[in-house]
Amino acid sequence: MFKLVVIGTSLGGLSALKVLLSGLPANFPVAIAVVQHRHKDSEDMMSSFLQPHATLSIREVVDKDDLLPGTVYVAPADYHMLVDVGYFTLSIDEPVSYARPSIDVLFESAADVYGEFVIGIILTGANQDGAKGLAAIKAQGGSTIVQEPATAESATMPAAAIATAVVDWILPLPKIAPHLINLCQPMWK
Amino acid sequence: MTLARPKLEDIEVQLLLEGVYRYYGFDFRNYAPSSLKRRIWNILCSEKLPNVSALQEKVLHDPACLDRFLLGLSVNVTAMFRNPNFFLAFREKVVPILRTYPFIRIWHAGCSTGQEVYSMAILLEEEGLYPRCRIYATDMNEMVLKQAKGGIFSLQLMQEYTQLYLKAGGKRSFSEYYTAAYDSAIFRASLKENIVFSQHNLATDSSFNEFNVILCRNVLIYFNKTLQKRVYELFHASLCPFGILGLGRQETLKFTPYEAYYEELAGSEKLFRRIH
Ligand SMILES: C[S@@+](CC[C@H](N)C(=O)[O-])C[C@H]1O[C@@H](n2cnc3c(N)ncnc32)[C@H](O)[C@@H]1O
Repeated sequence: MFKLVVIGTSLGGLSALKVLLSGLPANFPVAIAVVQHRHKDSEDMMSSFLQPHATLSIREVVDKDDLLPGTVYVAPADYHMLVDVGYFTLSIDEPVSYARPSIDVLFESAADVYGEFVIGIILTGANQDGAKGLAAIKAQGGSTIVQEPATAESATMPAAAIATAVVDWILPLPKIAPHLINLCQPMWK
Repeated sequence: MTLARPKLEDIEVQLLLEGVYRYYGFDFRNYAPSSLKRRIWNILCSEKLPNVSALQEKVLHDPACLDRFLLGLSVNVTAMFRNPNFFLAFREKVVPILRTYPFIRIWHAGCSTGQEVYSMAILLEEEGLYPRCRIYATDMNEMVLKQAKGGIFSLQLMQEYTQLYLKAGGKRSFSEYYTAAYDSAIFRASLKENIVFSQHNLATDSSFNEFNVILCRNVLIYFNKTLQKRVYELFHASLCPFGILGLGRQETLKFTPYEAYYEELAGSEKLFRRIH
């Protein structure tokens, strides 16, 4: 049974996340952690922007927040978000490939802690962050999904992920939420 | 949610940290595993070592490698007026309280290379409080303290710092506070007059004074909950009644056992006031 879904995206990510999250039911049984690249001064809350489109509750992570099923955790601007057993840890370590939060940082720590119980998803984006992290998830036995590049607002990030990692499913955006539901609650089919 | 079999690498990391603590006295055993492991992975890379056990051997037998190890583990990222809203809230909510005190003691715990301390000195000077203040700026890392004492930062950074200074409610022209020399910005010596820099380790050292204000931003995030608890106790014991505790933007006392000892002064800016 999966314990954690991690999602990484940059350019075009907000509208893609809107579509994905609005497709998940309130009783979705797995925790979801999201890194969306954005400006470091954006003190505006991404969660309040996304919340009206989702039934799951969405929150910007505060250091050492518990990792609970059925909640969407968003990395705050200008912090890396990492996973420990059962909770999140933040850091202000140097940006990785110019990004803080970095998708690779989240994915690599998720892979290290939750191994085969992780699903990694790369959505639209204009750089290559996340490709290494997705490969790490696969290497630890987790599952990987990438948005079909042709259907992404910006194809660079999904294309880089496909070129670097073994990807289990390449799907158009609207198909990702139904697929996640299938993976995470098989008896609901 | 513990997973079935402990990972070999996790055991190796524990042994390494135990060894470093028992032999050298540096205690990283209660740092947050995820961010600490990332640093260790980076060190393995730069030392060209295949695994954590090999690093353990090298660190324990080669003091030069220990120095690189300590440097590799320390995250000294900082900036002047980082999260300017914090300083703005400090001006608005804390300064009026401080005005009522004849003498003010401030502790910056985990001050890194000092940018945050100089920012506070500037703010206090603009509010007319600096002559009554003594700022104790501490870090466990001697190397960064040396830089902090120097008060010389890269000139390139000044443009960004100027923007942040203005957003933080800065009242003058930021360039009044430093002189440019080649590619350095040398901060006015008068800003240092009431600052004492010294080494202090939050994991192993105890309280050393009583303070009206303690600022500790983006340091506790590197600790696990056990060490955070220790440090919150240390801060509580080091704060005067009605003293102020300032934390980083994504840190909070809420939902911790210490919540009851404090009231929120500016909740969104993580300024708390000790009430018990
Ligand atoms: C990321 S910096 C934070 C700098 C600054 N407060 C800010 O927010 O910009 C973290 C600092 O905490 C220091 N630190 C880490 N562990 C410590 C400990 N056990 N005791 C004292 N300082 C520590 C590090 O040396 C580093 O300078």
